[in-house]
Amino acid sequence: MNFKLRIWRQADSKSNGKLVEYSISDVNPDMSFLEMMDVLNDRLVKEGQEPVAFDHDCREGICGMCSMYINGRAHGPMKLSTTCQLYMRNFEDGETITIEPFRSAAFPVIKDLSVDRTAFDRIIAAGGYVGVSTGQAQDANAIPIEKHHADMAMDAAACIGCGACVAACKNSSAMLFVSAKVSHLALLPQGQAERKTRVLNMVEQMDEEGFGSCTNTYACEAECPKGISVTNIARLNREYIKASFSGD
Amino acid sequence: MNWFGKFLTSSIGRKFVMGLTGIALVLFLIVHCGINALIFVNDGGVLFNEAAHFMGTNIIIRTMEIGLFVGILLHIVQAYMLAVANSKARPGKYQVNSANANSRWYSRSMTLLGTLILLFLIIHLKHFWVVSRFTGLEETSYGAGNLYIEMQEVFAIGWVVIVYLIGVISLAWHLLHGFQSAFQTFGWNTLKYRGLIKCAGKVYAILIPLLFALMPVAMYFEWIK
Repeated sequence: MNFKLRIWRQADSKSNGKLVEYSISDVNPDMSFLEMMDVLNDRLVKEGQEPVAFDHDCREGICGMCSMYINGRAHGPMKLSTTCQLYMRNFEDGETITIEPFRSAAFPVIKDLSVDRTAFDRIIAAGGYVGVSTGQAQDANAIPIEKHHADMAMDAAACIGCGACVAACKNSSAMLFVSAKVSHLALLPQGQAERKTRVLNMVEQMDEEGFGSCTNTYACEAECPKGISVTNIARLNREYIKASFSGD
Repeated sequence: MNWFGKFLTSSIGRKFVMGLTGIALVLFLIVHCGINALIFVNDGGVLFNEAAHFMGTNIIIRTMEIGLFVGILLHIVQAYMLAVANSKARPGKYQVNSANANSRWYSRSMTLLGTLILLFLIIHLKHFWVVSRFTGLEETSYGAGNLYIEMQEVFAIGWVVIVYLIGVISLAWHLLHGFQSAFQTFGWNTLKYRGLIKCAGKVYAILIPLLFALMPVAMYFEWIK
């Protein structure tokens, strides 16, 4: 397969970037999108040009490192897929593919397609964990939890923190990410001790990072590679309002 | 900052104010539409004028009117402040963006639709509210203002009817997103109630603007006299 690629090239966070065109031919349809980028980079290195910087790690769709805004969609046109799990057979032969970084004030571009998503780490550090001492790991069956809640917590915990929700949202809101992390722990017995302080601190950090607010367009849910539901955002709102007005 | 100030200035708190004032306006529109729909009784505006006279003179209603204006102002000011903040959250725009693939245009256009409604509201207030409260209406036989005749005069003008139709169509799209969005912001949009909220929102967003749209049209074509 042959493609015309329009790739965002930007030297560093302070420079202005622009789209640069590249042609790539003889692409195997079963290559992943990242493998196609590897082939391009090999060629660029051989030609003495600067390779395209992009994030990647596990290439199995679970680490949340790969990003890219492909043809106007976070992680490209496939539903429930990360960029590493997107294959070239999902495109038309001869197609022009525009590749941009995830854009948000809170995700500054490091170089080309690689963006700094440590804002998410700082939100997690603000409360996305169990801080109370829980002792040794005990028999899982010793902690009673209803199946329905366990399932919902598991669904929320599926968030890989890739930032596609922020990239797709017209306001660059991080509500889907934060809601998944808050829901995951709010639904489990282990998360109860710090339930109120967690949501207050994580939302405060989210606002400090410069993400926009949620206007409920639900673009995040549609683009999330892990299918995180916006009912989690409703839960986050509920948790935050309850924690704010709580008399304790 | 105390807890309440912190809540009101947080991204979720600011959205909460939007939702709360939005739902207050939704409730107001039911009353407004209900009373105006009395013109369809087609009795020359007798019943409608009596209802309008009550609304304009009852002390409780007049006090609530102040609350209504405060609510509208809060909704408008907060909306524009949020729109500016949200725009700053993405300084570099995408060169290619397929937003239609993941969301509805009207959910992304609430500021535009709200601005159209605001422009309509200014014209609408000038037509009826200013006249009935300040500059004076023609009087009915029992000495009350004849708002019905005012309506007939205003809606005899073609371009006014068109402006009103644009206003209510904008309102319909605004409500189609806004109604269910408010409940999501309150945190009530759970799996159990999602269907009910969506359905109620659609019915409301179509029915109320449709009734409002029928009023100028019916008067322009003299279906009611």
